[in-house]
Amino acid sequence: MKKREILIRAEEETDPRYGKPPSERSVEELIETGVINLDKPVGPSSHEVTAWIKRILPVKKIAHAGTLEPP
Amino acid sequence: MGGGGYPKVSGILPITLNKAVKLIPVLLKEDKEYICVMKLHGDVSDRKLKAVLREFQGPIYQRPPLRSAVKRVVRIRKIYKIDMLERENRYVLLRIWCEAGTYIRKLCHDIGEVLGVGAHMYELRRIRAGSLSEKTNMATLQDVVDSYVLWREHDIEDYIRRVILPMEVAVEHIPKVVIRDSAVDAICHGAALAVPGILHVETGIRVNDVVAIFTLKGELVAIGKARMRSEEMVSSKRGIAVKTTQVLMSPGTYPPLWRQ
Repeated sequence: MKKREILIRAEEETDPRYGKPPSERSVEELIETGVINLDKPVGPSSHEVTAWIKRILPVKKIAHAGTLEPP
Repeated sequence: MGGGGYPKVSGILPITLNKAVKLIPVLLKEDKEYICVMKLHGDVSDRKLKAVLREFQGPIYQRPPLRSAVKRVVRIRKIYKIDMLERENRYVLLRIWCEAGTYIRKLCHDIGEVLGVGAHMYELRRIRAGSLSEKTNMATLQDVVDSYVLWREHDIEDYIRRVILPMEVAVEHIPKVVIRDSAVDAICHGAALAVPGILHVETGIRVNDVVAIFTLKGELVAIGKARMRSEEMVSSKRGIAVKTTQVLMSPGTYPPLWRQ
């Protein structure tokens, strides 16, 4: 992997009244914008495990990236 | 497929929740790493096998399999690396690093054809998808249930915080552009990022590259397509640096410019 460096165009402070670092999000906020690094087990399809998580977590939308079975 | 049996497939499957679903088109383009057991249908020397595996490194042609979600036209995929980790007669353990959209089952089949003995994918495990790997808070289905129940019923947070990750961890691989607080809200409304809004830029960005727009607090604002190289983003006085393609942050999180 190429190592990237950071180029500085300008320096500025951020106003603590707005937004928050990702580590300070509440669990509800995490669910609203979260990602699961799922270890899909052998057996069920990617669609099945995704549908299964949807039944467990209170989420309106859910999707998986990159189906993991041989078509 | 010779020497049948349904192959066992497991490993990293990135799951996005609610607003993070918008990251899917970005995550689909990320490179992948697999551990694979390929079974040969005949005897082949180590020397020949290694030589053929070397041939498959680089760009390869693949026609998507019959039961696939995409149009079945031959396409080119890059295999960055194939390592033979172990071998026991006809079972070959491989580590494969490849471009998104590479069919590993097809790859095993094609390796078998070139070897002249035939081969098939016996077992597959994805060990990395872009920024997400086995090293970064991987969770099982059981972890999802247990951590959710512990949080819901017993107010225990640590566990679910290791299972449901901030969406930012999924885009760590993508080059970053950090912007001023005053530029955030316009981006949340879908505006393109103009040069004056930029504070920091990672090196190596080329025109048309996918970039991630971040706040100084480390929040992902949006994903976009670069209209300039990194150096130009820093040296230009004006102009559009990034065209916004997916907005992740809700408008109103930061104040609009005109109110300041």
